Amino acid sequence: MTFYDIISIVVGVLLLGIAFMAINAKRLINSVLFLSALSMLAVVSFVLLKAPDVAITEAVIGSGLVTALFVFTLLSVRGRESQ
Amino acid sequence: MKNVFGFLISVALGIFIILALANTDAFPAFGDVDLTERISNAYLDINNVEQVGSANLVTAIVVGYRGFDTLGEVTVLFISALGVAFIFGGVKQKRLDLDFKPNFMLRVGSNILFGIILVTSFYIILHGHLTPGGGFPGGAIIASAVLLLYLADDRFRSNVKGFKVLEGVAGSIFVVIGLLGLVFATAFLENFLPAGTVGNLISAGIIPVIYVLIGLKVGSEIAGIVDNFLTEEESA
Repeated sequence: MTFYDIISIVVGVLLLGIAFMAINAKRLINSVLFLSALSMLAVVSFVLLKAPDVAITEAVIGSGLVTALFVFTLLSVRGRESQ
Repeated sequence: MKNVFGFLISVALGIFIILALANTDAFPAFGDVDLTERISNAYLDINNVEQVGSANLVTAIVVGYRGFDTLGEVTVLFISALGVAFIFGGVKQKRLDLDFKPNFMLRVGSNILFGIILVTSFYIILHGHLTPGGGFPGGAIIASAVLLLYLADDRFRSNVKGFKVLEGVAGSIFVVIGLLGLVFATAFLENFLPAGTVGNLISAGIIPVIYVLIGLKVGSEIAGIVDNFLTEEESA
């Protein structure tokens, strides 16, 4: 088993575990952060699969823009509830 | 108990899918695929690569051979931005009230990071025909830099009207370049500039020009969407 195989298996198992934790998180903000970590690991797996173009797009959209929008939405909802 | 059960089912399904697909004709082991069977040989031909002049094969296909599809893709993004503006846009707008006040460190640090992120995005856009990346990810990075400014200052509003003008101008020049291909060559969006040496920054004819335009258009569009999401109509 080469180094490449070991890294692939570790990333794959972590992807499954984090996806499961994102679904089952008790607080919504934790769920969003797990989703961001999931995107980051997906970037690693895309690089391992030799698709750097897809990896860059996933890094920007998945763990950048979408996470930030979710966090802003949660903040604004919380601001409304406390009023 | 329910969670454990669900986890077991998903693991079992995953193993089932992997076993069903591993080493069949449709799903060979990673790296064993003969590319010449999957995509057109013309894209991989060394003569054609030198004729197009783009070192990144993905860009050569996306902007070179399939430029018309990319025009459609940009149009789809424009229509979705239009839909968001139609739903959220109003006459008088103010920032959303967030339950969060940015402090001094966040404000200053974000202003420093803004420039660095912007430079990175321009690098990715300009080198789209040489390295991975290009107009779409670069434009998204521009938008995330703008989003960072929204996070850093709770009074900040970007110049939405300027973004709209930039977006319209970039989209129009894209179409005009396509029409110039019709004038100087034979087809819409045909590469009428000299290809140059593969690997140079100024090479590949119209591909870098179009990617810069796509980057500006995507960046201003997504920044407009972000502004629409973070503002609300002023309650009378």
